[in-house]
This record gives sequence, C-alpha cells and structure tokens, in this order.
Amino acid sequence: MIEKALKGSSVYWGWVIFLLCIIGAGFLAYLYQLKVGLGITGMSRDISWGVYIAQFTYFVGVAAGAVMLVIPKYLHHYTKYAKVVVFGEFLAIAAVVMCLLFIVVDIGQPMRMMNVVLHPTPHSMLFYDMIVLNGYLIINIICGYNTLLADKKGLPCPGWVKPFIYLSIPWAISIHTVTAFLYAGLPGRHFWLTAIMAPRFLASAFAAGPSLLVMILLFVRKVTKFDAGEEALQNIARTICYAMIVNFFFMGMEFFTAFYSNIPGHKATLEYLFWGIGEYGNLVPFMRACIVIGFAGIFILLVPPIRRRPLWLAIGCACVFLATWIDKGVGLVIGGFIPNPLEVITEYHPTFPEITIATAIWAVGGLILTVLYKVTISVREEEQRV
Amino acid sequence: MGIDRRSFLKIVGLSALGVSSGAWEVLQPGEVDAAHGHAAAEHVEKAATRWAMVVDMRRCKDEKGCTKCIDACRLVHNIPVIDNPKREVKWIWKEEYEHAFPDSHNEYMPDELKETPFILMCNHCDHPPCVRVCPTKATFKRPDGIVAMDYHRCIGCRFCMAACPYGSRNLNWINPRPYIKEINNEFPTRMKGVVEKCNFCVERLAKGLQPACVEACHCGALLFGNLHDPESNVRRVLRSNVSIRRKPELGTHPCVFYLV
Repeated sequence: MIEKALKGSSVYWGWVIFLLCIIGAGFLAYLYQLKVGLGITGMSRDISWGVYIAQFTYFVGVAAGAVMLVIPKYLHHYTKYAKVVVFGEFLAIAAVVMCLLFIVVDIGQPMRMMNVVLHPTPHSMLFYDMIVLNGYLIINIICGYNTLLADKKGLPCPGWVKPFIYLSIPWAISIHTVTAFLYAGLPGRHFWLTAIMAPRFLASAFAAGPSLLVMILLFVRKVTKFDAGEEALQNIARTICYAMIVNFFFMGMEFFTAFYSNIPGHKATLEYLFWGIGEYGNLVPFMRACIVIGFAGIFILLVPPIRRRPLWLAIGCACVFLATWIDKGVGLVIGGFIPNPLEVITEYHPTFPEITIATAIWAVGGLILTVLYKVTISVREEEQRV
Repeated sequence: MGIDRRSFLKIVGLSALGVSSGAWEVLQPGEVDAAHGHAAAEHVEKAATRWAMVVDMRRCKDEKGCTKCIDACRLVHNIPVIDNPKREVKWIWKEEYEHAFPDSHNEYMPDELKETPFILMCNHCDHPPCVRVCPTKATFKRPDGIVAMDYHRCIGCRFCMAACPYGSRNLNWINPRPYIKEINNEFPTRMKGVVEKCNFCVERLAKGLQPACVEACHCGALLFGNLHDPESNVRRVLRSNVSIRRKPELGTHPCVFYLV
C-alpha cells in the first residue's frame, strides 16, 4: 500500500523535494545548535522555553483534534465520516511526530534523553507526557493503517483493531490534559496556574485540528478525484465553530477571574499580552490579531449561507487555525514567563537558526502528511473507479 | 462487534477510577519530594540535620558594594562570568527588595530597605517544585534538606526552571568553561545544556567546613546551621528576631530566612 507514495506527478515530487530542502536547512541549523548549545536560540534565563515548546504544545492539540471525527464515526456510527476519519488519524500521526521532534530539539543534552526511561519518575508530568504521546502515536498508526488497508481490500475493519479505536478516544483527551498539567501545576506562574487550563487546551484543540483537516480536504477535493462529501465537511465545520466559541468563552473566564479579583499576579501576563507593560509589548499586535481573527472565523463558520461556500469555509477554518496558533503557539507559553518570578520583564525574540529548526519540523510534519494522504487518496480513487 | 457504547463507557469509567487512585499518591504534599514515599516524609521529620541559612540584612546593608560572598561562591564552584544577562549563571546574587519580595512590597517602607540589595540564592525548600517536576531525578532532595543536582543525569529540559518560583535555576546556554576565570580543581566544571544552582556547599559541609559565602562574609550577615537542633545558631537567631521568607504562601517552605 505504501508504494503508492512513490508514484506521483511532477508537482507532487516538486512539493516533496521542496519540503526536503527545508528539512535539510533545519538539520544543518540543528547541527549548529548541537555544537554551540541552546545559546543560539532567543531563549534566556527568564524565558526558558520558547518557540520549540510553544509549537509542541500547539501540535499536541492538533493531534488530539482527530478525536472529533473518531467519536461521531465509531461511537455514534455517523457514516458520513467513514471516508474521512482516516485523514484525521493520519493528521494525528504527523502532529505527534512533530511534537516529539520539538521536544528533542528543545533538550539541552539530547544524548541523555533516554534518562527519562532509565530513571522513570512518576511525580513528573513529563514522564506521563512521554507515555501518552508515544502511545497515541502507536495507536493511530495501528488504527489508521489497518482501516485504510481494509478499505483497500473492500473489507470491514478487522475486529482486533476496534479496541484500539475506542482506546484512542480517552487517549486523545489524555495527551492534551497531561500537556496542560505541565503548565497548570507550577506554583508562582500565575498565568498557567488555572484549573481550566486542560479544558481550554481541549477546546482549542478541537477547533485547531479539525480546521486544518477541513482546509486540507477542500484542497484535496480541488486537485484530486476524492471528495470528502459536503455534509461531512459542513459537520466538521460546525464542530470547529462550537469548539472555538468554547475556547473564547474560557479565555473570557480567565479575564474575569484576573481582573475582577484584581490580584496583580493574575493580571500581569494578560496585561502584558494584550496591552503591554510599560515599554514592553512585543506580543500585543499578535494577541489582538488573535481575537479579531478568531471572532471572524467564528462568524464565518456560524452563518450557514457563508459557511456553505467552499472559499469562505476555507477562510473561516484558516482564521480559526491562525487564531488558535497565536493563542497557544505564541502567547500561552511565552506569556507564562512574563513577568518572571522576580517581577522583572525580559522579552523574547526567536533567532534565525531557531526559526529554521522549527520550520524544518513543520516540513517534517508536512512530508509525513503528504506521503500518508497520497496513499489514502490513491486508495480512495481506486475505490471510486470500482 | 463486541463493544457498544455502554460497555465502552463502563471501561472508561473503571480506568478513570484506577488512574485517579494512582494520582492521589502523586498529589500528597511532601511525599514525593524525597522520592521514597511515606517512609521518607517521616524520615525528614526525624532527621538530625536540616540545613538552613539566615541572611541578616541589618548587617549586610552597611557593606555597600561588597561582593565577597558572591566572589567566594564563584571561585569555589567554577561559576562562569558571562556578561549577557540572558546567558548568565548565578548561584548567589543581589536583587532589590521589590524583586526579592514582590508580594510584600509597599511604597512607604524606609528608603534604606527599598534600596538595599538583598542576597538571593536557592531556598532549598522543604517541598521543592523543581524536584517534583524533574523527569529524571537529576535534581533531588537529600535527607539533610539540601536540594542537590546530578549534572551528569540532567537532560536540560528546563522544567525545573519553569517550576522554581524564585528564579534560582540556570541553564548553561553555552559552554561555560571558557568563561571561568580561575578553575578550582576540587569542584567539577559543567558542560553546556545542563542546569545548575546553589548547592549550600554540600562538598564543603562533607569536610566539616561552612559554606563558602558564609566563610567569606566578614560582617556576619550570613548564618548557616541546623534547623532541627533547638540550640543551633540559626534557631537562636530565629527565636529572638522576626524573620521573613520569600513567597511563603506557595507552600514550598523555603529554608533561607531574612532578618530586616
């Protein structure tokens, strides 16, 4: 089945080579980081996690988003998702691989990475994150590969795969809950110390993952013979819209708690992110854009006549994807470090090599997705011919 | 197929129950700190020694510009001198009151106190968040209360830096060795990509010596002793003076006390 990835048009191969070039550049930048140390990044004593961990956090959400297709298909037998659920599972595979790579490049001594396994530490949330992320990767490989293989043969999915599919549902919730616990259990980081961190992560995940999926499926419909089905796309769009509304609702709750209680520590990061503190306000344009773009996305996806036009559907999903990316992939992690525990503000500017490495990991995700989707679409096109 | 929605929910419910009983163990305060479960907590309670530091700012404030404690620490522990504040490594350093005690600062306090740089270092907490979050036990709490580091085990994930509410932890963002002015062969130098911080001079305590900063302080502003001995120097001072600690509301139980 995988051999189908080796037969493609010149555009397909051009895209693959383009991604490989970006990956190559990132690999060279990573060699430089290995030699010199994390000092080549914009991270500092005060902002000790940067682009890498922020992207990691965002893509855990994208991976967990796949469950929004798995639940209707397998728990409610919603057959309209039968042909697209495997796209969700493959998106989860690509996203989890990206997460694992972002962790690897973020570690100061990557050669010692196995110490996490050699000295298992159950009171560290990173220990659980390692288990749930790797587990989710394996579960999605099992489910995605076998359902597609069964489709290809024109048979129903084998019985032994079903338990893994059901397991993938709570597992998807667990990956993002544990990732939220990395932040939500730290004393003295007021912005992160909130009980709705995990619910908020899940809400934004259920908006972000499916919105990327809809954009890809719309693109696939345009350039190949495979059509995901209008009703499936419209229903995913409804899910995205509700999830995004819940996400913004949770964000509003953070504002209420911080500003009505008027506790300085709880207000400080929100003030920094949305208004700036004194001369410091690097992220203000980003965060304000996040709100505007996010509400635009909600509006587009909420109004049926707009949502039914493919171009507007794509724009609405792009808005949601971008808004959640700014919120979680930029503001949440960086903002948590500002101000620092001594109430001093240091700002963060990612460096060129750092961005090159992060872009390369995006390209790795893109490459995995390209190959897996190429195989899937080839199988689907064969089905339609038969 | 054998599993329907009802039995699926049943399985999820049962596994949630199993996970939460495990989680209860993790959430017990103090238990996880020494990573030995219940026995360790009792052990800490009864330990003969619990090292602590008292910083007497009434004595320190008169010595304007004095850096003897900081210099001694730097020399003994091979701490690099890196000018860039984003890359610097500091085990003991000076910070104004409003940054040292950001929650108890007010504008009407004596100017003298506002302007006096406080001596800060790792608090060697009773319930250290850095130990709780470390995924490899590279940072751990000794029975005598010292929060120590294994530089050879640390993977440089910097979870401890996010967890420490006192900003006491440093990553070696670059190779520190070229920035060490004078190498002390009795203490290891570190490599890039690992975290380090004040260790209350465990290596000197093992030889029966006082910490280097305490020995270097000629005005007697730094007192080091055993908190579990009612007649120790630190206990006597704490009994007869009002002392404060940094961010006590977080429940970390810092073991560095300040007299103001």
